[in-house]
Amino acid sequence: MFLLLKYTLLYTVVLMLVALGGMFSERSGIINIALEGIMVIGGLMGVIAIQLLPQGASAATIVLVSVLAAALAGMLYAALLAFASINLNADQTIGGTALNMLATALAMVIAKGFNGSASAKLDYSNRAFIYEIGPLTVNVFLFIGIAILILSYVILYKTRLGLRLRACGEHPQAADSVGINVYKMRYIGVLFSGILGGIGGMAYIIPSVSSWNFEVGVSGAGFLALAVMIFGQWKPFRIFFAAVFFALFKSLANIASSIPMMAALGWTQNMYNMIPFIASMVILAFTSKKSRAPKAEGVPYDKGSR
Amino acid sequence: MESNKEKKSLTARLASSEAFLSVAASLICILIGLALGVVVLAIINPAHAFKDGLLVILQSGLKSPRNMGTVLANAAPLIMTGLSVGFAFKTGLFNIGAAGQYTVGAFGALYCALVLHLPWYLCLLVAMIFGALWGAIPGIFKAYLNINEVITAIMFNWIGLYMVNDIMYGKGKSPMYDLATTKTYSLRKAAPESMIPSCGMSDMFGKLQSVTIAIFIAVFLALVVYIVLNKTTFGYELRACGFNKNAAQYAGINDKRNIILSMTIAGALAGVGAGLYYLSTVAEWNPQVSTALPAIGFNGISAALLACSNPIGTIFSSLFISYITVGGTKLSTQYYTKEIADVITALIIYLCAFSLLFKNKIRAVLAGKTRNINVGKGGDA
Repeated sequence: MFLLLKYTLLYTVVLMLVALGGMFSERSGIINIALEGIMVIGGLMGVIAIQLLPQGASAATIVLVSVLAAALAGMLYAALLAFASINLNADQTIGGTALNMLATALAMVIAKGFNGSASAKLDYSNRAFIYEIGPLTVNVFLFIGIAILILSYVILYKTRLGLRLRACGEHPQAADSVGINVYKMRYIGVLFSGILGGIGGMAYIIPSVSSWNFEVGVSGAGFLALAVMIFGQWKPFRIFFAAVFFALFKSLANIASSIPMMAALGWTQNMYNMIPFIASMVILAFTSKKSRAPKAEGVPYDKGSR
Repeated sequence: MESNKEKKSLTARLASSEAFLSVAASLICILIGLALGVVVLAIINPAHAFKDGLLVILQSGLKSPRNMGTVLANAAPLIMTGLSVGFAFKTGLFNIGAAGQYTVGAFGALYCALVLHLPWYLCLLVAMIFGALWGAIPGIFKAYLNINEVITAIMFNWIGLYMVNDIMYGKGKSPMYDLATTKTYSLRKAAPESMIPSCGMSDMFGKLQSVTIAIFIAVFLALVVYIVLNKTTFGYELRACGFNKNAAQYAGINDKRNIILSMTIAGALAGVGAGLYYLSTVAEWNPQVSTALPAIGFNGISAALLACSNPIGTIFSSLFISYITVGGTKLSTQYYTKEIADVITALIIYLCAFSLLFKNKIRAVLAGKTRNINVGKGGDA
């Protein structure tokens, strides 16, 4: 049972972080399909940062430096999406898809180059990130995640920035007419998503294992987060609950065979993996008529159009 | 676009030719992509960037008959997924689900081959039907519930992957799963009657068994898609929906039916791609790798974008992508890794995302007026 709780917490934080990232981007009007790629790049840089730090570094230093590295890398990578879709009016889904493809390939090249060998597997120590609370093992990302969830809610709904950001995703022309810089707001949205996606990528890779083969990227976690975001209807706390739901099934996929009661059901790992995706399609089908998707997402902002 | 009422100079005519501008824009994407690739190579290992890096990528594909065969064997399925994505683009849809349709199609082909031992053309047909079914789903969701096809396709990519892996693996007891290789059984031994015939192709390319008539099937289908899209009423209706859904509706075109049909056809094309790949025994399916969708599905997006969704262009863009991918595998591991080729492809696609900008630049340069460029919204992706 503690194992299930541990994994569910782990995945909840990951999916929530990345989905919140996606939320910021889409609320500003930019579809961010590149979350998967951003996670890969963020995770890779986080891992490399851990390796580059000196042996004797304190736990706090390791956590701080590597998380910052992941956030920064994710932000820079997301800037590529922002540049293509905001400055050059490129198709957002195509740009995002290209960045996803680039991320996996680039991560392998960098990881192999860093290793100096033909293996894209990086080893690292994750001790700095893990805490034991009674019988439960939690990682530092849980606390980061809770903080970011609350912060996201406050930024989005209680600040001027959040209001402006949302306006740009709903009706950019109207926002522009009252003096809001739509391009700037959208940049902020995408860069936020890069930061959260980068940290999320690291939260996915670091706590559970102590070596990661970048050949698999982040194995679809970014796309799952996209589903979480839609499931959560682009709202912070709903995203949190959606993340819990998705994480539960993802955890079951990993550990069902070790729980006697679940193993008796005879379900395979693949079936548990499938359920969140099917569930989100069902929910989508029922809620599509009153979907709360930002109205202007995916449409490049053209000052001249009415 | 082509108004030839008055006599124009060659450059002016080129400037108004969409076809020329598209090809030129794609070539620019390729050149910049390759240049950035050299930069990546130089960062990793400056001393060998040109001779052992770029030249190997650009020359290996033609070095030996075997390499040429590998290029062809990998290009055939890529043409199909490229057509799949391109066809959907032409009708205003983004088929990011080619990877999933390809996966389900692969299952159809392999099941018919390894379990039912059907002849190859029936296996291919079933692959097509399976792909079509998987493609129809996002179409239905889009037509009747107005859910973005990209989202549905992404979800069904993963659903398809997990489902196919589950059946093919069958807890290790599936008749398709070879415990010795941890992949599906090789068609060469288990079901030679289901292999796509080589018709002497493999002898031409250094006895490489995976070179079959698949490449001809793919090219033939590309021609069919071209004719359907450009020379038939049906194709015209589909493209009309892509240009402007409301206008098409107003003109009496059934847009719901067309959305579903074009996604179904796109799925069918991707399914055939999987059939061509696995029935030519280029590789076996590995159901244990449950974390990755087949790369050919996503590379189809690259092939389609590079060809500006033109079916004939897709043949060449697929050959090119296959060519540099094979080139990448020939890089000396001492200096570089093969994924550099993927980096270059991905960079090219990133650039393709704003090929419209290049098009307008070229048009402006050719037309001789560098100011007042009308960077309007283009209809074609």
